[in-house]
Amino acid sequence: MSVRIFIPRDAGAVAVGADETVAAIEQAAAQRNAAIEIVRTGSRGLYWLEPMVEVATPKGRVAYGPVKEADAASVLDAILKDGPHPLRQGLTEEIPWLKRQTRLTFARCGIIDPRSVDDYRDHDGYKGLERALSLTSDAILADVTRSGLRGRGGAGFPTGIKWKTVAQTSAEQKYIVCNADEGDSGTFADRMIMEGDPFVVIEGMTIAGITVRATKGYIYIRSEYPHAVEAMKAAIAAGRRAGTLGKAICGSKHDFDLEVRVGAGAYVCGEETSLLESLEGRRGIVRAKPPLPAHKGLFGKPTVINNVLSFAAIPFILAGGAKAYADFGMGRSRGTMPIQLAGNVKFGGLFETAFGITLGELVDDIAGGTFTGRPVRAVQVGGPLGAYFPRALFDTPFDYEAFAARDGLIGHAGIVVFDDTVDMAKQARFAMEFCAVESCGKCTPCRIGSTRGVETIDKIRAGERVEQNLAVVEDLCNTMKFGSLCALGGFTPYPVMSALKHFREDFGPAPTSLQAAE
Amino acid sequence: MPVYEPWDSKRGAEIIAENSHIEGPTLVILHALQEAFGYVPEAAIPMVAEALNLSRAEVHGTFTFYHDFRHKPAGKHVLKLCRAEACQAAGGDKVAARAEAKLGVKIGNTTADERVTLEPIYCLGLCATAPSAMLDGRVVGMLDEARIDALIAEAQR
Repeated sequence: MSVRIFIPRDAGAVAVGADETVAAIEQAAAQRNAAIEIVRTGSRGLYWLEPMVEVATPKGRVAYGPVKEADAASVLDAILKDGPHPLRQGLTEEIPWLKRQTRLTFARCGIIDPRSVDDYRDHDGYKGLERALSLTSDAILADVTRSGLRGRGGAGFPTGIKWKTVAQTSAEQKYIVCNADEGDSGTFADRMIMEGDPFVVIEGMTIAGITVRATKGYIYIRSEYPHAVEAMKAAIAAGRRAGTLGKAICGSKHDFDLEVRVGAGAYVCGEETSLLESLEGRRGIVRAKPPLPAHKGLFGKPTVINNVLSFAAIPFILAGGAKAYADFGMGRSRGTMPIQLAGNVKFGGLFETAFGITLGELVDDIAGGTFTGRPVRAVQVGGPLGAYFPRALFDTPFDYEAFAARDGLIGHAGIVVFDDTVDMAKQARFAMEFCAVESCGKCTPCRIGSTRGVETIDKIRAGERVEQNLAVVEDLCNTMKFGSLCALGGFTPYPVMSALKHFREDFGPAPTSLQAAE
Repeated sequence: MPVYEPWDSKRGAEIIAENSHIEGPTLVILHALQEAFGYVPEAAIPMVAEALNLSRAEVHGTFTFYHDFRHKPAGKHVLKLCRAEACQAAGGDKVAARAEAKLGVKIGNTTADERVTLEPIYCLGLCATAPSAMLDGRVVGMLDEARIDALIAEAQR
């Protein structure tokens, strides 16, 4: 019997040599005349161990990592003899970093072959859809609402309410749109799930389709994610062959089909109305709301538009897990959140856990501090539009409301860690500059405010009338925050103002020392 | 290294026709044109407009809104360096400065011999293995001096 070996095809693993490792293991196996079968999976999300090689044993999968090309032969020998190896990590499921997690959405990621519908089914896939097909639309909506699921893209709007609005709006044609324009730096959960378990996204979208009676769905994936595009396209083709997509899905009276569309490098297209414009073939200019996409969305039709992780959470909920899902979490943040630990961290990757864990636990304990070994100084949570947190706020629990109360946001749950070499005035400038470059240009506060912001921060960094210019930045931020149409202009003040508030010393001499100098 | 066809209006018209029946075809067509020719030739814009019954201004507007679409061919190789926050936090500034120095061009430009186009990219989603880059569609993470040097040497070959 051949030995089954699992190596990710995830872009993060490929970026550190997974393809070379596969080739080297195949070559080593051929030389040893060993019968092996390599399955390319998604990533488990323990990126410091990538490329991670796992082998099926009677006790479960055993992991080795990071297995570079040069380690391949010796690791294969250890696998074949079940012997010791310095890179051997033991049973994968027992690795503490993984064991501490609560993997509901990412339950299968890194385990199954993302190209195989059968493998998905064998790991509880399509149970949610099967049950949904036996329920009325109202019953599905009740489950989604009961789960407490809130949009995982960042805004945190209750998914059940969004779906209900579309279900109650009558139209000949409705659409389901998956927002896979994961542009926030520090986030990669959408990419991972699309590459590692694409069927869970498809299943979630299909359930949305039968709930609101939409027959067509689009997945808008950013062009920076070619591996995810390939994975989703392959999964859609496999779904059509298996009859879970297309006409009369699973033998029911429902039709539902999907198409992948690729973005073109515009960050603002992650904003839902801009994304819809882009899908329609226009400039990604934000639309004023109302009308809500739920009433007038894609091509003017009622549209459910949700983030990848929102759809990916649905199958578990519909497979009878609504209450179990809601039992996790704190306050109004129910369920689990796939948190992404990134930047200057020792142990970076995907950590899915119930809401309520503190920022400090995540950064110091789970991410293990910085890989440079220097002290953590600032942590940006929620992407380019998220606030920078100092150590003093590390007791903040991971929860939508708790972060909002401290002038921050959890956004798409990306955490980027910086050590003490970071220049926070530079980071504040970058936030403004990024907004200026990526602004769609429709509203003045965002378009002009960000440009003035860059200029003013430049003056501050040059030591020019620091106090007066800081007041200008603050004023600009207020205008942007309250006057912008969407989150790009509206949230850019978060990184800027948090940098200013918590790291004032990086913006030139403070007023007292200025007076002393005079 | 990607290989592109020289611009040919007949081939361009075929590509447009293949995709013009779908819903919201503009971006799909622009992507397909760029995939075939390496850029979107100016002559293609009025052709897309006519096929989709749009004004030339509308198609031009869409084309110019997105960072991905090229007005002219890139260098033989395209090296995209991630310049977003997670990569900045992990030493991306140093990697970028080194790449600029080695290639003798600033990010956003093509070397004089037209071999390498050096571009910024804002997040490849490889933030746990930062800093990262993409060379002609191939992703590379955990860039340090040796790895960026190797990548540049490969691009210059």
